[in-house]
Amino acid sequence: MALPYHVDGNQSPLTAPNIRCTSSDMESLQTNAHEFTVTEISQSIKRTVEDKFGHVRVRGEIGGYRGPHASGHAYFGLKDDKAKIDAVIWRGVFSKLAIKPEEGMEVIATGKLTTFPGSSKYQIVIEHIEPAGAGALMALLEQRRKQLAAEGLFDADRKRELPYLPQTIGVITSPTGAVIRDILHRLDDRFPTHVIVWPVRVQGDTCGAEVSRAIEGFNAIKPNGPIKRPDLLIVARGGGSIEDLWGFNDEAVVRATADSTIPIISAVGHETDITLIDYAADKRAPTPTGAAEMAVPVKAELVNYVEDLGSRTRNAQLRTLSNFKDRMRAVAAAMPKPQELTATARQRQDMATLRLGNALTQFVDRKRAQLGAVAPRVSPKSIEQKHSNLRERLTSLGSRMDQGLKQPTSRARLRLEPLARAMSPAFKRLLEKRQALLESQSKLLNSLSYKGVLSRGYALVLDADGQVARSAKALEAGEGVTLRLSDGDVGAQISDKPPQKTKKQAKPKAKKTIDGQESLF
Amino acid sequence: MSEDQKAAIEALSFEDALTELEQIVGKLEGGQAPLQESIDIYERGGLLKAHCENLLRKAEARIEKITLDRDGNPAGTEPLDG
Repeated sequence: MALPYHVDGNQSPLTAPNIRCTSSDMESLQTNAHEFTVTEISQSIKRTVEDKFGHVRVRGEIGGYRGPHASGHAYFGLKDDKAKIDAVIWRGVFSKLAIKPEEGMEVIATGKLTTFPGSSKYQIVIEHIEPAGAGALMALLEQRRKQLAAEGLFDADRKRELPYLPQTIGVITSPTGAVIRDILHRLDDRFPTHVIVWPVRVQGDTCGAEVSRAIEGFNAIKPNGPIKRPDLLIVARGGGSIEDLWGFNDEAVVRATADSTIPIISAVGHETDITLIDYAADKRAPTPTGAAEMAVPVKAELVNYVEDLGSRTRNAQLRTLSNFKDRMRAVAAAMPKPQELTATARQRQDMATLRLGNALTQFVDRKRAQLGAVAPRVSPKSIEQKHSNLRERLTSLGSRMDQGLKQPTSRARLRLEPLARAMSPAFKRLLEKRQALLESQSKLLNSLSYKGVLSRGYALVLDADGQVARSAKALEAGEGVTLRLSDGDVGAQISDKPPQKTKKQAKPKAKKTIDGQESLF
Repeated sequence: MSEDQKAAIEALSFEDALTELEQIVGKLEGGQAPLQESIDIYERGGLLKAHCENLLRKAEARIEKITLDRDGNPAGTEPLDG
């Protein structure tokens, strides 16, 4: 603090206070009015406004509303045809409002006025908001109904059938009070059933949230879990003002109802009080008692009905059986007796038997008569006559046959005998001639045999296979051959060229032999 | 009637069992069923009736209240008193 003073020390530290005092004195001279700082005056205004308008009800139309700010506070304006005032609803208040502000809504806002010293502004801090008049609320309701209907949440094809005989009924209502008693009493009268109550506040700021939470909660219960899943829900509340019932117009309640997989009966208020949950519910009951009546049938009636069905089953079955018996009896009566079936046949048989005896006698008689007509023409004499004639013919034919056979035989024998006598010497001569021919041929054969030729100095050349070599071309140099002479065989080998003088004699000899052989054969 | 069929009847809801029983009564009363079939459905009708009676007899009042845990989720049930 002291340091800057010294830096700026070229001016007298006293100067400025003097100047200020001077001007202040001048103003002071003009008026005695109290002098405020801006803060002071702002604070003063704030106090005045808050004291004076600490609790006001202001009627006006909501303008410039765009839902709560990210902070959760809501800022908008309240206006009429001439003026506008800023309004704020703090987050904690906003969440508790049964009726939320909506753009254009005519409301009566309750709260206090306060100023905003930072920018010379004032505003109303709203604690509570209500639509201005029942008509306005109804208009709001109608507008919301139309919007949700347009989404199809109230469509008839979304409605589920109520179970005929629910095993467990979930009731969403206040656990105390007449409503739950009414429901339980009526259920007990008609059909004692397992009931699970989900306690909710049926009035006030949290009503809507609690009811929608309860509907979702029942739907979230798994089948076969520790808590039995209801197969029917009843949302119930007694009668009240439209504001009292407002929680059942909550959008979240309507959506939860429409989305519920468990069928829901709504029984909110009196019959004349329509809330939006009634549109979304699968059935609407005029009263909580009415809901109980819709929920279950009358047990005694069912017991009687089942009993009745049982006895009708028995009677009908007895009737069916007796009908079958009657039909069987009728059919049995209409069936012919076994004797009747065979009677005709038996009669025919009897008649046939009777006629059979007669027919045989008659047949014999007739044949006898025929025989009688033929018999006189048949006698032993006529047969004998025919017999002897035949025998005579046979005898004559037999003798003629002998005769005929003898003649040609003796004629042939006469011719045969001279021939047989001549044949014997001729045969002998023929034999001798053939014998001589055979001998001469044999000699000739000997003289012509190649062995005879060999004895005359010729030789056969046989190759390795023992075949006669007939051609020099068939022999190759170096090949072993056999030379067959008259008194035996010797081995030899073919050489390339004809041998020198001594061998030259052998080759033609061999060749000659071959030539000789050829000429022989 | 086999055990399977009996078990199948046990599994029927009251409503389904009642509906079938009504159909059987109608058929028997109509008198159009062949003998064997009428005997079969008569037997089945008897079982259905017993099943319905059993369901009706078993029904009894039990009144409970959901108890919620700190997060508002169902924690269990307790008898509803008062």
